[in-house]
Amino acid sequence: MSALSSSSKSSRSGLFCEGFDLGRLLLEGRAFFALIAIIVIFSMLSPFYFSVSNFLTMSSHVAIFGFLAIGMLLVILNGGIDLSVGSTLGLCGVVAGWLMQGVTVEAAGVILYPPVWAVVLLTLVLGAFVGAINGVLIAYFKVPAFVATLGVMYVARGVALLMTNGLTFNNLAGKPELGNTGFDWLGFNRIANVPIGVIILAVLAISVGLMLSRSSFGRWLYASGGNARAAELSGVPVKRVQIAVYMMSGVCAAIAGLVLSSQLTSAGPTAGTTYELTAIAAVVIGGAALTGGRGTIRGTMLGAFVIGFLSDGLVIIGVSAYWQTVFTGAVIVLAVLLNSIQYKAKPKKS
Amino acid sequence: MNDIPQANPDTQEVVLAARNVAKSYGSVHALKGVNFDIHRGQVTTLFGENGAGKSTLMKVLSGVIQPTTGKIMLDGQPVSFTSSSHAQSLGISIIHQELSLAPNMTVRDNIFLGREIRTPTGVDYAEEERLTRLLMEELEEDIDPLTPVEELRLGQQQIVEIARALSVKSRILIMDEPTSALSATEVEVLFKVIRDLTSRGVSIVYISHHLEEALTITDHAVVLRDGNMTAYAPRAEIDLEWIVRNMVGENFDLGSPPEGYDFGAPALSIQNLTVMDEAGAGFAVVDNLSLDIKAGEIVCIYGLMGAGRTELMETVAGRLSKAGGEVRLHGHEVSHLTIAQRIESGLCLVPEDRQRDGLVQTMSVGQNLSLASIRKFTRGIFTSRKDENQLIEDSIRDVTVKTDGGDAAIGSLSGGNQQKVVIGKMLATHPTVIMLDEPSRGIDIGAKAEVFRLLAERARDGLAVLYSTSEVSECLSIAHRIIVMHKGHISAEFGPDATKEQIMAASGESVAA
Repeated sequence: MSALSSSSKSSRSGLFCEGFDLGRLLLEGRAFFALIAIIVIFSMLSPFYFSVSNFLTMSSHVAIFGFLAIGMLLVILNGGIDLSVGSTLGLCGVVAGWLMQGVTVEAAGVILYPPVWAVVLLTLVLGAFVGAINGVLIAYFKVPAFVATLGVMYVARGVALLMTNGLTFNNLAGKPELGNTGFDWLGFNRIANVPIGVIILAVLAISVGLMLSRSSFGRWLYASGGNARAAELSGVPVKRVQIAVYMMSGVCAAIAGLVLSSQLTSAGPTAGTTYELTAIAAVVIGGAALTGGRGTIRGTMLGAFVIGFLSDGLVIIGVSAYWQTVFTGAVIVLAVLLNSIQYKAKPKKS
Repeated sequence: MNDIPQANPDTQEVVLAARNVAKSYGSVHALKGVNFDIHRGQVTTLFGENGAGKSTLMKVLSGVIQPTTGKIMLDGQPVSFTSSSHAQSLGISIIHQELSLAPNMTVRDNIFLGREIRTPTGVDYAEEERLTRLLMEELEEDIDPLTPVEELRLGQQQIVEIARALSVKSRILIMDEPTSALSATEVEVLFKVIRDLTSRGVSIVYISHHLEEALTITDHAVVLRDGNMTAYAPRAEIDLEWIVRNMVGENFDLGSPPEGYDFGAPALSIQNLTVMDEAGAGFAVVDNLSLDIKAGEIVCIYGLMGAGRTELMETVAGRLSKAGGEVRLHGHEVSHLTIAQRIESGLCLVPEDRQRDGLVQTMSVGQNLSLASIRKFTRGIFTSRKDENQLIEDSIRDVTVKTDGGDAAIGSLSGGNQQKVVIGKMLATHPTVIMLDEPSRGIDIGAKAEVFRLLAERARDGLAVLYSTSEVSECLSIAHRIIVMHKGHISAEFGPDATKEQIMAASGESVAA
């Protein structure tokens, strides 16, 4: 940060100056170097790891966490936290499954089979609605984000269990005569051999990245996360930003729910349990500060890939699931440790 | 300057001495080489305006912070306090202006917090309670040791603080504005306690804005201004006029009201504005206040802390809601507008605490400067880099921020330059009315002069300026009109030819009473 020269206002010139400080480079690019290290190490340990098809398979696993992590990044940039994303994922998956099975309207005596696009749309609206509940609770009723989203986490999970009575919707393929086929497209199809889920993740990441760096909303988000009082006095609609952020997180969770139930061709009420923690971990590994105001989409994506490639790699080389948990935990603690080192060094005079 | 402290203090007389003590925060010099003696069994009072360095000096003497340079001598021996508890173990206690009590705990538990009387079976509550009762008797306060502190009046809480300091058998007791929350009878009790303590050999360091009151109790007076010790004298040689003269100074020119043009139509018109306190205690912090400011006019609000200046400005800016009255901008009522809409229509506030309310520390200088005018460089859904950089460069030049450029970290700037960023951010919105709450707080005299010059220039172009200050010399600089606020009211109004004594008297600082 101190390497920026005064003579040139363009940020591009900074790239070359930073190369001189290796420690700084390693610290700031740590998620990237961690990912490289993971790929190198597992490629040496297993002959199956380093192949395009394995990377694409792992990437489609990463996509689920990636969606949640993007939403989580927005919330964390705002200085909040969203514990409800895992449950929202589950609820949205179940609702999508329920819609695909056909909705019986008792009064009219008919069963409605909404087309797939309508199912997707309704599910996304549901995700936004759950997020809006979080946002309103936090922005207007001053409920701490941790508590509000914890409550919504339980409620959403409970609703998903009630809807299915604890069972799973298995038949999501639809019927050609009803015109609602194609739900599995999200989870199974590939364009140029790339899974649809990964493509959606890339598109979402790029658009959110653009929103953060180039739109006024992005600037409002960084400002209100960095110092809400200052942002408010500068005319930033702090409360609206807060609600919007939780709604976006809800929509991201809904996308994850759709892609996951499509990948599994089933929608279970317990899907996505503890995924919120993985999403938080991805954001933190990506260098975002839990206090808000600092973090990038690039870092968060790297964080998601670090977690995904690490756990899949451990599976491939046959390490037990218990050890996977230990490794993931250690990586998270290390990441937070490095974050605090980086941000402590920040206010240093240039 | 009479009776300057000796290089080697008389250890019989002087219990604690500071020699050439300086303290800097980055490029901000809060203390610039202060010499200071505390006499055994006597009261030494520190006088100075806000930001003069009084509190910093007290924190240095009580071990809360370490001085950048200089030494502290206790009983003639150089000491270096590692922490406030280290200083406390050497007999130095401080009672801060902001009380440091745990409101949910009882008086007894607060007094023995961290030093509980332990027995093998746990804390000896009975003994603690007995000692607390003794302390309260000594202080002539009827406070039950088992009352939770939050149920006490502010004045009684202050007494609890004092009792806590007494309970550790302090030899030196530092009191930072102990009377600001006390009623007249409580002040009398406090003074009796202070006399009692001094007769037992305890030395008191006393800080107060209430000059007359301090003069009745003090034995020595020390005056600080801008981090320097400007005067030092025993009680017998001083009077109120001497203190004011040394506190305020009369040398530095902060400019004069811009002249040679006519004011325009009223830009901001406040009618019978009433604002209730935020905590909901039911009293008005701004009470039925009316004020008009014309385009091109500079109005200064002078008042002590708690006079309602900040609440007035924050209500006009839209952060606080009013209980009654009207705020009109160019004749249009603004009460229903959001902060953003008020900024859009030309009304903006530079808040008092720039760290808390002015700056986003996680963003760069440029992003801070452009924060309030994002809409101005948004094209469609995206912001325009080119237009933003233009705006940032213009702002940096306009308000003369000394920085490596818009990409520099905001924390890399000095206090004065940070303040200019906050002002520049608001000026970039092209306001017609700007309010500045204590714009000179915590910035050095050179930066102060630059800020005032900037405001005077803008006023000439038709900007209506309302700024507040708690330094009299700043009232008598660029302001065309000086409003003195006291307890939510306007207590007096002066032209630019008022005297310092008149202004201070009207603020309740009771100089000429």
